Amino acid sequence: MIEREQVLHVAKLARLGLSEEEVARMAGELSGILEHVDRIGELELDEVAPTSHVVELENVLRADEPHESLDRDVALSQAPDPIDGAFRVPSPQAEG
Amino acid sequence: MADMLDLTAVQAKQAMASGDLSPGEYGDAWAEAAAGDELNAYLWRDGNGDAGAISVEKPSLAPVAIKDIFCTEGVPTTAGSRILEGYRPAYTSTAVRRLIEAGAPVLGKTNMDEFAMGSSNENSAFGPVLNPWDRGRVPGGSSGGSAAVVAGGLAPWAIGTDTGGSIRQPASLCGIVGLKPTYGAISRYGMIAFASSLDQCGPLTRDVRDAALMLSILQGADPCDSTSVGLGEAPSLPDREDLKGLRFAVPSELARDAIEPGVREVFEATLARIEQLGGEIAEAPLPHAEHGISAYYVIAPAEASSNLARYDGVRYGMRSEGGGDLIEMYETTRAEGFGTEVKRRIMLGTYALSSGYYDAYYGQAQKVRTKIAADFSAAFAEFDFVVTPTSPSVAFGLGEKTADPLAMYLNDFFTVPMSLAGIPAISIPAGLAEPQGGGPQLPVGFQIAAPAFAEQKLLDAAHALEQAIGFDTHPSGAPYGPQGSKKRTGSEEGGEDG
Amino acid sequence: MAELEAVIGLEIHVQLATRTKMFCGCELSFGDEPNVHTCPVCLAHPGVLPVTNEQAILYALKIAAALECEVAPHSIFHRKNYFYPDSPKAYQISQYDIPIAGNGRLGDVRINRAHLEEDAAKMIHVGDSGRIHGSGASLVDFNRGGTPLVEIVTEPDLRGAAEAAAWARLLRETVRQLGVSDVNMEEGSLRVDANVSVRPAGSDELGTKTELKNMNSFRFLERGMEAELARQRELIEGGGTVVQETLHFHPEDGTLHPLRSKEEAHDYRYFPEPDLVPIAPTEEMIREARESLPELPAARAARYEGMGLAEDVAALLAADPETAGYFEQVAEVAGDAEPRVVANWVTGELAAALRQDGGEATAAESNVEPGALAALIAMVQAKKISHGSGKTVLAALVAEGGDPEALVDREGLAQISDSGELESIVAAAVEANPEAAEQIRSGNQKAIGAIVGAVMKETKGRADGGEVNRLIRERLGL
Ligand SMILES: [Mg+2]
Ligand SMILES: [Zn+2]
Repeated sequence: MIEREQVLHVAKLARLGLSEEEVARMAGELSGILEHVDRIGELELDEVAPTSHVVELENVLRADEPHESLDRDVALSQAPDPIDGAFRVPSPQAEG
Repeated sequence: MADMLDLTAVQAKQAMASGDLSPGEYGDAWAEAAAGDELNAYLWRDGNGDAGAISVEKPSLAPVAIKDIFCTEGVPTTAGSRILEGYRPAYTSTAVRRLIEAGAPVLGKTNMDEFAMGSSNENSAFGPVLNPWDRGRVPGGSSGGSAAVVAGGLAPWAIGTDTGGSIRQPASLCGIVGLKPTYGAISRYGMIAFASSLDQCGPLTRDVRDAALMLSILQGADPCDSTSVGLGEAPSLPDREDLKGLRFAVPSELARDAIEPGVREVFEATLARIEQLGGEIAEAPLPHAEHGISAYYVIAPAEASSNLARYDGVRYGMRSEGGGDLIEMYETTRAEGFGTEVKRRIMLGTYALSSGYYDAYYGQAQKVRTKIAADFSAAFAEFDFVVTPTSPSVAFGLGEKTADPLAMYLNDFFTVPMSLAGIPAISIPAGLAEPQGGGPQLPVGFQIAAPAFAEQKLLDAAHALEQAIGFDTHPSGAPYGPQGSKKRTGSEEGGEDG
Repeated sequence: MAELEAVIGLEIHVQLATRTKMFCGCELSFGDEPNVHTCPVCLAHPGVLPVTNEQAILYALKIAAALECEVAPHSIFHRKNYFYPDSPKAYQISQYDIPIAGNGRLGDVRINRAHLEEDAAKMIHVGDSGRIHGSGASLVDFNRGGTPLVEIVTEPDLRGAAEAAAWARLLRETVRQLGVSDVNMEEGSLRVDANVSVRPAGSDELGTKTELKNMNSFRFLERGMEAELARQRELIEGGGTVVQETLHFHPEDGTLHPLRSKEEAHDYRYFPEPDLVPIAPTEEMIREARESLPELPAARAARYEGMGLAEDVAALLAADPETAGYFEQVAEVAGDAEPRVVANWVTGELAAALRQDGGEATAAESNVEPGALAALIAMVQAKKISHGSGKTVLAALVAEGGDPEALVDREGLAQISDSGELESIVAAAVEANPEAAEQIRSGNQKAIGAIVGAVMKETKGRADGGEVNRLIRERLGL
């Protein structure tokens, strides 16, 4: 069961603003989904190695050769708030 | 012109090569057909307005519809999300580049569930896609737009992405062929990430030979994707007509009662046909497959929560006008930019990775993944293929499952295990069935899975079976081509609204 | 209460001097216009994928070899998730539970681990001292974002601020001599953070540590650690307790202040990076790294001490490979002269002569050929010329180069070998200083200085001091 506080904590970690209504709904929905997911917790898998890759590759490396970088105007062309050749963001607050 | 549009991509390629078909006229005919989109299937079409263009030196292949998850330089790429509205990539994905270099013009970019999260295409920020067989029903998802344009006669073929069934399930619900290749067969570079260890690009086509042709163009290792390996050699066009000596496994645990009666009938009939073609059917245990959904809905959201963290309103895409400090900007931008399902999965994935829960969820899910892969290896030691229905049901009604996320997730029950194992699987239309609760008959997909990198064998068998089934992928009475004939009844909603 | 000993461990970020970034082909740069070295990959555009820079792996293996680390047969990258504008993907690709190297040592400090990761972008906090807080806006420059880093983490084996700073210098010198980084603290290509705590001397428990950041010179590093150690000792002796926190060093006044964390909730949600495959260094890669190692400062200093050099002279030379090479060339041809003597000439007389009137040249660049210095030292050792004359000749060599023998003749500096000549000069000097002579006879040895001075004045320093002394005493019948 996911409590409201957990929803708020996770939303904070994910930098996701949730309305009160969303917080309430998430708590219920996440609980329902996790209830289903929790079944895998009952499987005896201590000896099993986790799989994070299905491809059996290693040492896929790139030669240290420069490519053409983006023209700065192109790099900034998609930015919401470009200025002086840089990407502007609101300052993080001390109390953030 | 209808006959021109009736050509499969393979036939069109041959006709253009022999000079019997003018690439210009053929391309125009398809552009005209695409312009007749009444399914909200296209988000962008070539030559409509100022929104960029994709040029091809000299067309030699049928024009292709691209899921809007593939980056196309200068052409809007949204992944079905508000947060990328108006975004124009500075580069083109490897898959699209390969198609263009092979001579396939880009017809348009297709609607999809936001960031490929969905099984009904109702999660697009740009409105749901309608199923060409019944506009009151969903086309499946997340590659619903790509499935709908091919089934609806708005494109000869298309590409999509499959993370847990997002090619196979909509192909099944729209009555076309959908192939999810082996993980690593096709480069993911430029394909907007949902769950990196599962995402795979693949074809949605009218028949298996078209899928083989598309795969031969797309496959191959790519220096821009460290996890790409290709198929060794490009598949050739299948022409096998029997299934003699091939062994097909049906999972012993196959939850038959979870399958709609109509779908079950078609599935059983297809098994019988396999035997008629000389194939052998037996049961094989896949004890962990039933835990696929649980493992998938931990792993995929976890990876997604990280992959979607870059949409922060700093370098591209939308930023909330809300103002405030940095953290407020992040939170309001992501609150306004993401839809409900995406938020749900980000929350789920963030929770599964957060300290104290990692081992119980992410770690455990990765172990289940190991067991599922092992189950398949064991099955493939004795069998050539594993077969299941692609989806437990035919196309369901718009809005029917949106209220219950878990019910929606269970649509992927049969397709998720192959994704977790990284093996290839194809869905071919196997027949029509009446939906539960009645209504006009709708397509039913049959899924065949093969060992990793056994695509050629998979395509050969699927082709033989497809020929024997003789399914007519032209939905009778569905809007087909520009003439658009008679339309099925059903909701006309969707369209422009978000 | 037992007196409190310092316990210090260091975390060092080394920017690798590859041509391109860790995971894309953008060129590395310093001080260029903002955002001129970016691409879809290092701007984290949708759909991009990282591809690992092979050179960064090879450089990391060199560092691992230099620090005598074990190399992991399969090391993997993880994602360290946190939101901040300097992290375009909102995760840093780093190594977590399986770093490329671990279990090493440098000098007598154990290395816990060395892992690969990517650097963050630069943020300019507009109208602000540059610290995290402040009002207004910030500008992001992604040129630095994605620069390859090796993070080296030591065990808490250092027992004082000076010791820690000295060890950090040794590490800097070692990495510099590997040629894998500029190791420039001011420019940030070397960044040293310190974990500082105190405990009752002899105890083997660890006290609560604080983490010191932003000390961008060795002087600041040492001052920062000193200040923090003093604060902690005072706190504990006053009955207080240390709180674990990160402290930011302020160069302006040398003070330390708690740093507001980027994330108020620190939960990085590490998980294996699915876009990258494991790094499995081949035997060949590891051998190449080992074989490419130059003789590093620690080893070189040890060898020099073995040759009889004083510890400080050995360390001085080992930290400066060029001058060390010069020293070895001189010692090579110096014949009977002991290496110790040669080293003293190189680091003493020669270094001083080179600095004369603001000279910049190093020994190797200078006009003083190794053979010439060797010959000069030999002449002084053989008492052909006095030590004082040696310095005069050295000054001439620095100025114009050439052959010391020739210079000695030209300047007429050859020592007076004809003892008859010297005896008469001594006699004259004794006559000229009767009262000095008297004092010497009456036992005041110091008084001999006056007569020696007179002799040296007369001979223009060409007489051997010892010989002159002997003759004066003989003359006075002592
Ligand atoms: Mg670090
Ligand atoms: Zn770059």
